[in-house]
Parts: sequence; structure tokens; C-alpha cells
Amino acid sequence: MSDTDAQSVFFMRDTMLPQVPPPAGQSGPVRWLRENLFSGWFNTILTICGLIALYFLLRGLLPWFAHSVWTADTLSECRQIIAAKWGPDATGACFAVVRERWTQWLFGFYPRHLYWRPVLTLVLMFVAMAPVLFPGVPRKLMIFSAIYPFLGFWLLWGGSAWVPLGGMAGFVLGYIAWRVLRENRPLVGILVAVVIALLWWLLLAGPVIDLFRSIAPLAIESVRSDRFGGFVLSLTIGVAAIAISLPLGIALALGRQSDMFLIKTLSVGFIEFIRGVPLITLLFTASLLLNYFLPPGTNFDIILRVIIMVSLFAAAYIAEVIRGGLAALPRGQYEAADSLGLDYFQAQRLIVLPQALKISIPGIVSVFIGLFKDTTLVIFVGLLDPLKGITDAVRASIDWKGIYWEPYIFVGSIFFLFCFGMSRYSMYLERRLKRDHR
Amino acid sequence: MAHAVERPKDTFRLSMLIYDTRYRSLTIQVIVFLLVMAGAAWLVDNIIRNLSALGKDFDFGFLGVRAGYDIAQRLIPYSQNSTHAMALLVGLMNTLLVAVLGCIMATIVGVMVGVLRLSSNWLVARLMTVYVEIFRNVPVLLWILLIYTVFTEASPAPNAFRPDPQTGEVTKTLFLGLFAITNRYTAIPNLQFEQGLGSLDLGLFSLNLTFAAVVVLLAIGLYVRSRIIRHATAVQHATGKRPQTWWKSLLVVFLPTILLCIALGAHFDLPVLRGFNFVEGLNVSNSLMALWLALSLYTGAFIAEIVRAGILAVSQGQSEAAFALGLRPRRTMNLVILPQALRVIIPPLISQYLNLMKNSSLAIAVGYLDLRGTLGGITLNQTGRELECVLLMMLIYLAISLVISSGMNVYNSRVKLKER
Repeated sequence: MSDTDAQSVFFMRDTMLPQVPPPAGQSGPVRWLRENLFSGWFNTILTICGLIALYFLLRGLLPWFAHSVWTADTLSECRQIIAAKWGPDATGACFAVVRERWTQWLFGFYPRHLYWRPVLTLVLMFVAMAPVLFPGVPRKLMIFSAIYPFLGFWLLWGGSAWVPLGGMAGFVLGYIAWRVLRENRPLVGILVAVVIALLWWLLLAGPVIDLFRSIAPLAIESVRSDRFGGFVLSLTIGVAAIAISLPLGIALALGRQSDMFLIKTLSVGFIEFIRGVPLITLLFTASLLLNYFLPPGTNFDIILRVIIMVSLFAAAYIAEVIRGGLAALPRGQYEAADSLGLDYFQAQRLIVLPQALKISIPGIVSVFIGLFKDTTLVIFVGLLDPLKGITDAVRASIDWKGIYWEPYIFVGSIFFLFCFGMSRYSMYLERRLKRDHR
Repeated sequence: MAHAVERPKDTFRLSMLIYDTRYRSLTIQVIVFLLVMAGAAWLVDNIIRNLSALGKDFDFGFLGVRAGYDIAQRLIPYSQNSTHAMALLVGLMNTLLVAVLGCIMATIVGVMVGVLRLSSNWLVARLMTVYVEIFRNVPVLLWILLIYTVFTEASPAPNAFRPDPQTGEVTKTLFLGLFAITNRYTAIPNLQFEQGLGSLDLGLFSLNLTFAAVVVLLAIGLYVRSRIIRHATAVQHATGKRPQTWWKSLLVVFLPTILLCIALGAHFDLPVLRGFNFVEGLNVSNSLMALWLALSLYTGAFIAEIVRAGILAVSQGQSEAAFALGLRPRRTMNLVILPQALRVIIPPLISQYLNLMKNSSLAIAVGYLDLRGTLGGITLNQTGRELECVLLMMLIYLAISLVISSGMNVYNSRVKLKER
């Protein structure tokens, strides 16, 4: 054996080969192309199809964008400029309409000299949201977050400051009553707090507000609801509905999980009813039927009605998302809470909901995105949404008659920015809250 | 001390209703019940008072009154002289038409895009990502309006398909000789039967017997196919060899239908330009086309994400295990990956179908007369009965939703992995 081995090994390398670069086909862009685009006959076909589709898309769109005009007063002027610059057959975008009318898309018919108010409301909204969204912000800011809804209402609609203050006073009174009674009789405390708040709003608030108003009006110029439009309207409805629907949705989800038959039945009935009908029919109810359901003679603001309906709609969806989160929690978590002697609300607040909400974040955010997109439907009850309402209003003027694509692109990109931003934030939140080790 | 101390017989105190967990839930439920009843009574009382103040009553009799308006897009016979109930039915059929077409198209688009997003092809995966993100993050109303505008503003009038009278030169031809997209409608080939089976009058509406016969034959074929598959599985269990079934399945499902169609002289009438319009073929209104495309592309983007998540949810180890057992790729897909992916995919898919159905009520934006347009639109405005119309409309939508979701839930429980 060793003999044959000795004969077959007749060469042994004793020096290292010099390093050579890999062959051209195995490195750099060529290799990348081969691996990612042409790794087989099927992939090659796909790539070619993709390239063809991309070519046709860009061939149509690129010149159109490249020839775009940003300064002109009318659509015909736009077309003249394009024809003069790029030849009579050239097509081009006329983004001059955006440049001239962008305030209308953002603010609707809000009085021009009061534009600072919605802007300030938006800026303050970020301040109010900061302590909720990011952990590094001082917790004292939470007080501002609590005041913000009333402040925002006052800034947007104007009028006397005593109206939102009166609304806030109900909460404050209820809170004080609860704090006083909390130590000895927690449940009675909650009941008394609710009753006091209701009594204040229904009976006392009106006369007291009138009294204060007569002493010192504290009023800023009021803006009627029909002046609202564009993204001010969308954001108002969207943000308010998000803020209302989340607690409502949590309550509904807990109600659906409840052991009490009646509560469970009511929650399930409500959720399934709302989820089974289109939002449009609910908005219709808000605009047409609410007059039937309320005492004769009452008539309240259409934007407020829409906000209520959109909140109810979103709450049903959020409830379903949270139900999924609750169902995903291991049974042991509930049992551990019980064995620690926590009562129902403590267990929900300290053990169950933090985990269930964490699981449901992606779903909740996608409900919010859907809600924000659905604010465009308010056009069907006569409010001026940015997509169709304002665009039609702009198109109705003789200067911009016949302009189609540019408004849609402008409004669409703003919606895209908002929704895409929200979905990215939810991804960030998911990563941040991830506590398990995978 | 084997016996526990007997509990003292405590007397019932009122505060126990709140603080004793034995009675608390009862107390809460009674209070909620009373509140709900009071609220309902308040609402009903308000409605009665409001109706009497307006001099109206609550009556569905208006459904039997002559409607007096036309509906261009309809699946069943309807004229101005038909009743509001017929208009409602036409609208309902239109809603269902666009919902069914949309669901089919959205599923095809969604599955294709979802799979392609996972492909190793860099370019295609990126293109699909762009499609999904753009369509998901923009309101569906924008897509409906935009696609409608493409149809009405960027496509030629039917006249443009006429040869030039002087030179005889044809500037525009039908796409593949079959379709013509014009700014008023899309002309497509129309399936016609030389000798149809006629129709059966059922009082409220008439049933097209030819259509019914085709449906019945297909249903029988599908039933026989399921028997064949069951038989093949039984044979496989008994002998270990599975008989080939695919050609039998094709035969029993399609052959009778094809034979029937040939016997009845089925043929396609191609659209022909005569006068100012296309005749012979079927002219589908642009509002239906735009609504259908927009809803399918929008929902398709969501379905793509669902499909992608479903496939990613099946761990790599599953397919490796299947390969280790000697299963071939196709059977691995059918027997191992798909059943597990479907379990993840089906529930969100159901809610996407429901969303599509509900979003079809946006038809009003392009003037397609669906349930919302007939019952909740023109009928409501003509009769002035908001309460009845909106309530009826909600009930119908609710019924459709419940039917779809219960049907899909049955399917879901069938594909669900049986856990012990």
C-alpha cells in the first residue's frame, strides 16, 4: 500500500500560489447581476418583463414630469409655455396649480388671516403627542396633553374660551370627586365622579359659561364649520377620531372578553354591526338620520357628528385588533394576576393590557392609517375633503378647468407621506417594545 | 379538625351588591340593561316625535311605487316603470357584481404580487414593493377617481376607431381585435347563444334558463370531481398508489358544459363600430371598469402583504423536513407549505374581501348605480324617506357581510390544521 502511495505522489507544492483576483464573471457588478437578475431562465424572463414595464412607465411619465411648469396663472398659459419650450406635441405637467392654490388644499376656505391658528394647533399637537409617543420626554408634559383637546378645539373653531373651559371643568370636577372618594370607596368614587361630571355638563355648564362670558368674553374670532376644508378638515377628523376611538376600542375589546353575558352580547352586537356596514352609510346616518334620533330642535355641528361616527367605526375595528392581542396572551398571565390578588381593573391595567396592546400595535396603526385615508369620504356628506371636494372647487374656476392629474398627484403624495410615516413609526415601535429574545 | 369552620350566615346588606363579587356582576348587568333600555326608549321616543313633527310615518310602502329613473348598468330587466324594489334589486346586483369581480381580480393580483415580492429577482421584488406601498398608502377614492379619469379623459371617443373617410386609413384598431377602450365605455365580446333555453318568469324577476343550466352543470361536475378525488385517496390508502385524476377532473367539470354550449350554438359577438357607437359586443360602462380596477388593485396590494406574511410564517424547517422525507417540490408545496400558509392567510383575506365589498359603496364617486346609488341615492331623494332607506341599506350590507364572513369561516375551519 505504502509503495503505491509513494509512487502516486510525485508532486508536492511547497510555495503558496500568488493571490489572483476572481474571474470577471464571479465578482463585482457582473456577479451581482447574475445572482440577482439572471439566475435562471425564469428569473431572466421576469427581469426582462420588469424592464419592459419600467421602460413604458418611464417613457410616459418622465417627459411629462421633466416638462412641468411651476409658474403660470392658468392652464392654457401652462400649455402655451410647454408648447413654446418643448414643441407643440409635447406633454407636460402643470404644477403651477399647486403653487397657486396650495393654501386651499391645506386650509380649505379657512379665513386667510387666521391660517396661523390651524398651524399652531398642528405644532402643539406634536408637543402634546411627544410624551405619549417617545419615552425620553418629561412626564410633566402629560398635563399639556390632557389640556390639548380643548385648546385645539378653541384654536380651530374660535369663539369664547369659556366653552372649552366649561367642558374641561366637568372632567376636573369628576377627577376631584374621584380623588376624594378613592381611598375608602373606589367604586362609589367612580360612580359619583361620572354623575357629577354629567350633572355639570347637562345642567350647570350652560348658565355658568354664559355668566362668565358676560363678565369677560375672552373670545377670538370664531370660524364656522363650513369654512373648514382640505387637510385641516382631514387632520381634525382623523386626529380626533384616533384619540376617541382608542379608549373606546379597548373598552369594547374588554367587553367582548367579559364573563358578563349582557356586556358581552352588547359589545359583540355593536362590533359586528359597525364592521358589517360601509363607512358611507354611517356618515349618511350622521348627516341625515341624527336629526331623527335626537330631541326635536337640537342641531349640532356636522363635523362633530362625522367625528363621532368615524370614531365609532374605528373603535369597532380597534376592538377586533385588541381582541387578537388579548387572545394571544398566555392564560398564565391572567392567572398570575389573579394569584397576586389584583382586582379586575388592576390586572388589566398592570398585566394584561400592556402586553396585549404591544402585540396589537401593528394592527392598531393600520386601523389608524385606514381611518385617516377614510376621512376623504366626508365629501359624500358635503364636507370639503382635500381629494375630491377641494380639487373640484379648484377645477370649477375658469383658470384651472380641465386639470386632472396634478391635483391627484399632489394630494396623493401628501396622503402617502402621512400614511407611510405612520407605518414606519409602528415598525420602530414594534422593534423598541420587543422584549423577547428571538 | 377535619371540618372547616362553617361560614357565618351573613345577612344581606345593600352594599354587598357592589362589593361582593357574587352579586357585583349581576348588579352591573342590571344597571347596564336599564341604561340601554332607557337609551333605546329615548331614541324611539325621539324618532316618533320627530316623525310626527315632520308629518312623516315609518312605512316601506314606497318600495312598491314606480321608480321613474333609469339605470344604465343592469343585470336584470329594469325600466323606468319598474318599482323602487326592482331598483333596489338592480343596485344590489350591481354591488354584488363589482364585489365578486373585484374579489377575483384582487386575489389574482395579490397572490402574484405577494409571491413575486419574495422572489430572488432584485428588480421585480423592488417593483412589487413600490406597487404595494403606493397603493396601500393612498385613499382608495383617489384610485377610483384617477382610473376613471384615465378612462374618460385619456382614451379616444368611439368615433376614433372609424377609418378616415378620405384616405380610408385606420388610425385606431381594436386591441387584439377584441376590445375597444373608449371614453364612454369599454366594448368587449359578448357571449351569445343561437338557441337559448329562454327564461322562466318568477314573478319578481325572470330567471335565464341557459345561465342556470350552465351553473347547474358546473356544480354537478364539481361534485363528481370531489367524489373522484375522494375515491383516489381511498385507493391510495388501500394500495399505496394514487391513480391519476387530473384528466378525469377536467373531463367531468368542463366537458358537459362545453358540449351544452356547442349544442346551444354559443359564440362570441365581436364589437363592431356602426354609426357613432360599437354594437354587437357588450359595452361595459367606464364607471364599472374604473371601480373594478381600482378596487382590485387597491385590495390586491393588501392581499399581497397577507400572502407574503403567510408564506414567510411557514418556517424553513418545514420544507426541509418534507424534502428529507422524499417529497417532491410540488407535493411539498401542496401537502406541507400551503396548508400551513393558508391557515395564516385565510382570516385576514376574509376581512379584505369584506372591505372590498364595503368599499364598492364608493361607486357613487363615478356614478355607478349600486345599492348605495339606487336605494341610498335616487330612491332616497325621490321619496324623502331617509330613515327607511338608510336603515334598509344598512341591513342589506350587514346581511351580505355576514353571509360572506360565515361562508369564508366554514372554508377556514376546513383548511385549518386539526390540532389535538
